[in-house]
Amino acid sequence: MIRILLFAYLQETIGESELKVELSESTVGQVKKWMETQYPNLSLQNMMAAVNEEFATDDMIVKDGDTLAFIPPISGG
Amino acid sequence: MMNTPLFEIVDKPIDVEEVRQKVVSRNAGAITLFIGTVRELTKGKKTLHLEYQAYPAMAIKMLEQISKEIQERWSDEVKVAISHRVGHLEISDIAVVIAVSSPHRKVAYEANEYAIDRIKQIVPIWKKEFWEDGTEWIGDQLENVPYPKGNPPIKKGEL
Repeated sequence: MIRILLFAYLQETIGESELKVELSESTVGQVKKWMETQYPNLSLQNMMAAVNEEFATDDMIVKDGDTLAFIPPISGG
Repeated sequence: MMNTPLFEIVDKPIDVEEVRQKVVSRNAGAITLFIGTVRELTKGKKTLHLEYQAYPAMAIKMLEQISKEIQERWSDEVKVAISHRVGHLEISDIAVVIAVSSPHRKVAYEANEYAIDRIKQIVPIWKKEFWEDGTEWIGDQLENVPYPKGNPPIKKGEL
């Protein structure tokens, strides 16, 4: 199981802050594509991602037990 | 006091003095404090209030990373403490406090500015504006290209 965390407008668009999905080992990019098939009005191609709280590129592997967070453009401070 | 973490995401008002206390050092000749507050007008548009959301576990890791970057860039005598608030904030409320102490003032000023710049690049915190005519999650305040490679603009090796 992979935990997917959603924040800011993504959370409001999908209506969930967290998804738990059964996916075989995938890359971040593959999970993005899968999410887009689940939520057709979503565009994640330029979206930052983090795996287990570290920034991750699209080619990084996400495996069972990992937490994948999508990070919309940030605006803290 | 010794047990309070240097980097915090909090949902209550920030006590500036408490953050300052965390960087007090006998080697310090200067402490700079940056206090980020909620502004009413942005490009003529009136904000009613704000809401901040964070990914707390990762935000704290990134704040720790910023502190490490500062110590590598200047000196490990520089001490950094940062508190960022989340939840509902009114105009003039304090959103973030950055305290930096160092033996000399120039570094304390420079490192403090570096910290706020980096917060806006790599710390996962989002601001939602509430206006009279609607709401919007704000992104891209630095007018960066929205991360063409899926990563925030930081130098290699900093991850």
